[in-house]
Order: sequence, then structure tokens, then C-alpha cells
Amino acid sequence: MESDKEQMRIPISQRKDWSDMVPIPQDDGPNPVVPIAYKEDFAEVMDYFRAVYFADERSLRSLQLTSEAIPLNPGNYTIWHFRRLILESLNADLHEELDFVEQIAMSNSKNYQIWHHRRWLAEKLGPVAASKELEFTKKILSIDAKNYHAWSHRQWVLVALGGWEHELDYCQNLLEDDIFNNSAWNQRYFIITRSPFLGGIEAMRDSEVSYTVEAIIANPENESPWRYLRGLYKGDTQSLLSEPQVSSVCLKVLRAKCNHVFALNLLLDLLCHGFQANNEVKDAVEALWNSDFGLLDLDLAKSICSILEHVDPIRANYWAWRKSKLPVQAV
Amino acid sequence: MEDLVRELAVDKHARYIVSVEKRKDDFESVVMEHLRMSGAYWGLTTLDILGKLDMVDPDEVISWVMSCQHESGGFAGNIGHDPHILYTLSAVQVLALFNKLDVLDIDKVSNYVAGLQNEDGSFSGDMWGEIDTRFSYIALNCLSLLHRLDKINVEKAVKYIVSCKNVDGGFGCTPGAESHAGQIFCCIAALAITGSLHHVDKDLLGWWLCERQVKSGGLNGRPEKLPDVCYSWWVLSSLIMIDRVHWIDKKKLIKFILDCQDKENGGISDRPDDAVDVFHTYFGVAGLSLLEFPGLKPIDPAYALPVDVVNRIFFGR
Ligand SMILES: [Zn+2]
Repeated sequence: MESDKEQMRIPISQRKDWSDMVPIPQDDGPNPVVPIAYKEDFAEVMDYFRAVYFADERSLRSLQLTSEAIPLNPGNYTIWHFRRLILESLNADLHEELDFVEQIAMSNSKNYQIWHHRRWLAEKLGPVAASKELEFTKKILSIDAKNYHAWSHRQWVLVALGGWEHELDYCQNLLEDDIFNNSAWNQRYFIITRSPFLGGIEAMRDSEVSYTVEAIIANPENESPWRYLRGLYKGDTQSLLSEPQVSSVCLKVLRAKCNHVFALNLLLDLLCHGFQANNEVKDAVEALWNSDFGLLDLDLAKSICSILEHVDPIRANYWAWRKSKLPVQAV
Repeated sequence: MEDLVRELAVDKHARYIVSVEKRKDDFESVVMEHLRMSGAYWGLTTLDILGKLDMVDPDEVISWVMSCQHESGGFAGNIGHDPHILYTLSAVQVLALFNKLDVLDIDKVSNYVAGLQNEDGSFSGDMWGEIDTRFSYIALNCLSLLHRLDKINVEKAVKYIVSCKNVDGGFGCTPGAESHAGQIFCCIAALAITGSLHHVDKDLLGWWLCERQVKSGGLNGRPEKLPDVCYSWWVLSSLIMIDRVHWIDKKKLIKFILDCQDKENGGISDRPDDAVDVFHTYFGVAGLSLLEFPGLKPIDPAYALPVDVVNRIFFGR
């Protein structure tokens, strides 16, 4: 079965247009530290690659050779580097090159070199490439919605080439698919703080708080929207304290009595900043108290830390530290 | 801890690293060709932490390393490849392990690295200009080991790293990019090397980092991702540099790393029962070293080299 594939490939040494070229084997030095076990096909392609590379032959056949070598070893930056030199020398059609990269990227989407090459192409093509690049990253993200390289490329495209218009909608769709996708939450923050069309974080705050609160209520164990909510009040603690939606989402989650670690944590932060809890909040915390925890503390913040030490034991030291740092309660 | 000491297969891991060469038909070894310099750093540092560096001949290693140097002063991942900042740091680290930095033309190497700094303070990985906070760390680490930080604009380098800080206290690869434990390590270590940790919100970042520990005891690199042994290094070293390592459950993490060993043939994998590789073997052993596992040499969380090597470079002993 494997031999079918073998037969389709004609060794370079038997191809007419390569008869003038002498392949150069890899020089591993005297006694290599981490020697490599070479496979035959791979070795032959690389031997010919070294030959054209050292001869600096920027020809069409060299370009084709790199097309053959890259899928065998997409992480090898020297092949990519030489390919760019050839593309420049031949004044090649870069739109065609986009298709080549896409083909490779579909099965190697976590490879640094591919993204770097793509970025080089997009930079050369300029703003006309914006929509194609957004489409390309969308394709990759439809396979792995948290691909760090794809997000990084997408952010670069938005800033350098534009295309912000539909970005919030796109983000919204991704969050509908998976509300736990931290990358999409990060992108959402990126958009509301940087998009030239939305008026900045303060203009967006009200609608974003409502959206986030809804996400929290649906999945209180989801770390991302809790952090996003804090992010909406970056550098403006007073607004965080005075926004009724913030304390009320904590209360709602506490009353539901499950997955309340993040709600307790936010409430703790609010208290540390001087938030005055009403009886409803106090009762909700008290209802989470278990006699195993010992005697209920009169200090609400201290009680919260004690609960967290018990319900989140893997981070018990962190919660104990929070307790030790509480401002002294004025009775 | 005592009961765990016997659980680490020290000799098998050492033998695994030395014998990677003998395994044929191994896809991993084929794709490793261009990054052998990093492979050498991972393998040799692991051997040193395990107290087994004497299993290799220093002269052979050093002559191979030096044959990977390019006329620009940078090092390539292998003989005849192009230089890159990644492999330049690996080469310097390997030479440091053997106390052989004196074979280098220090100014030539440091000029190559310094030449990769951009106007905004960031660093590119090579002449093609890919920018990433990883390269800032690599440049600062490398120049610091060579005592040549004066060749770059450190203030601007720090400013660029700080511009990649997010509201969750973490750092990404470029301004606005998602916080990721690997990038956080690079940024925190770069700030530590330049004495700039005051830019970090230690409590906020410490909480983000300790939230990375999942029920199995392992650490992930971002919310909702699977735990992986390599994050033991990135998350732990960051927590140590900001003095918050006691916020995680160390015992559970040790157990997780030990569960990722191939106890028969040596080596450590990303998760229990996966295939081992040199990369995760290094991160597993280095993570255990950070956790003060008995019998291992302590490793420096910022320079990613054994503490005695770092002391030799900075204190001459
Ligand atoms: Zn890993």
C-alpha cells in the first residue's frame, strides 16, 4: 500500500532537468550530539535543496524544489527563507503563493515559519490582501478556534491592513460556538479597545457588561467572562464598585450554589476596594457556609476566603494569602 | 517527598537522551534536523540537571556548535543552515554549560543579536523580521550571559515588553495578543534579567498563573486548555520569579510530571501515556528541579541554565 505513493514520486536523481546538479549531503560534523535518522526521500530532496541553495540558483526549478521540500519539513526556516529570495528574484505572482501557503497551513497550522511567510506575503500585497487574510485565518480558526498563530496574524492584519467592520460579529459567532473560548474573549477585548469604528471601551461598556453577565449566568465556572468583566473597568475601580449589574451577577451565582469560586473571588475584590455588601449578599455567603469550615466569621471577606480555601483546595495557599492581606475591618 | 525520590528514573532518562541518535525511522528525528542546536541545549541541560553531563565528550559538542556559526556571528540550528536568534541563544547556553564561553568572539555574537533590535525596542528573530516577545527574551538572556547588554537600548526593549501586558496581568506575543504561559515566561524572565519586575502586577498575574493548575495537578498554558508538562516550566518559573510559587499545589504537580515518564525506556511526554520526546523530557526534569526535587541540580528560572553555571558567569565561581 505504501509503495503506491513511492511509485508516484520520481526520484530527483532520475529527472532529466536535474541531471546537471550534484546533490550535497548534510554535514553533521565530527560526532553529532543529537544525530538525526534520515529518511530516504527526505534526504534526497534536502541534498538537492542544499545544492541549489549553496549555488544560490534562484530558478523556477529551485522554486519547485522548495515546494517539494517544504511539505516534508515545514519547520525548516532555511527553505522558506530561500523560497522568498526566489519569489523576489523571479518576480513571482504572490497571489498564487497565497494558495501554496494555504495548502501547507491546513495540515501544519502551528508552525511559526508558515505564519511568518504568510505575513511577509500580506505585507508585500498591502491592504488589498486584508479580506483574503481574514478569510484565511477564519478557515484555520474553524479547525482550531484557539490557534495562537492564527489569532496573532489576524490581529496584525486588522491593525496593519484594516478590515475591522465585521470583526465583532465574527467574534460573536465564535463565542456562540464555544463560550469557553478564551482566545475569542481576548479578541473581543482587542476589538472594543482598538477598533476605529466602535468608540472605545467606555462607549461599549454598558452593552458589553450585559453581554458578559449573560455569559456568566449561563456558565459561572467559565473563567474568561469573569476576567473580561474586570477588563471592562480597567483603571476605573469606582465604576466597577458602583455598577449594580456587577454585584448582582455575583449574588445570582452565589444563590445558585454551584461553581461559585469566581463569584466569591470578584465579591472579595469588591469588598477589598470598599464595597458595602447588603444583607442579601451576606445571607448568600452565609448559606454557602458549611459547619466543617469552623465558626462563621463576622468579617464577610474573611468568611469568603475560608470558603474558598475549602472549595478550591488546590489553591488553598493563594486564598490563605488573600485572607492575610485583608484590610483591617473597622467595627 | 522522600517516597517520590525513587519514582524518578534518572539513569533511564539520561540514557534516553544520549541514545536518541540510535532510534531509526523516527519522524521526530527527521524534522529535528534544522533545530538540532535547540535539541542539544534541551538534552545537555537535562543531563547536567540529572548530574550526568559527563556522559558526553565536551570537545565533540563544542566543535560541532562552533561549526554552526555563521559569518554574521549568529548560530544556525545545524551546519549549513541560516542563523537565527533562537539557535544563537541555544549555542551560547550549551557553551556556558561546559564553561567554554571563551571560545566565542563575544563581540561578533553580541553584535549579531543587538542588530536584531527594532526601532520600537522589539526584536526580530532573523533578517526576515518576525517579531515576538520570545525574541526579546532570547536577546536579553543571550546578551546578559555575554555581559553585553550595553549594546542595545534596554529601556526600549523593556518598554516594548510592557506594551504586551494584558488586563489579566499576563503577556502575549505582540500588543493585544492573548496571554499565554509561554509568552508570560519570556516576558517575566526578560524583565527579571533587566531588573524591571516592578512593571508586573505580581498579585494579579500570580492568580492567573495559579489558575492554570487543573485537577490532575498538571498545568495548562491558557484557560480551558489541556495540561502539558512543558507548562510546568513556563508557569512555574514565572511564579518563582514573582515570588508566588507557593500558590500552587507542588506535590500534585510533581506527581503529574512523574506520571508522564516512560519508566521502561526513559524520557518524559506532554501528558501521561503519550510518546516521549527530548523537549518534554527537558521541561519535565527542569520543572522538577524548580520544585526542589531531591537529587537534581537547581536551575535558574530566568536564564534556564543550572544555577551553578549562572553563578560562574556572574560571580566568577
Ligand atoms: Zn508541551
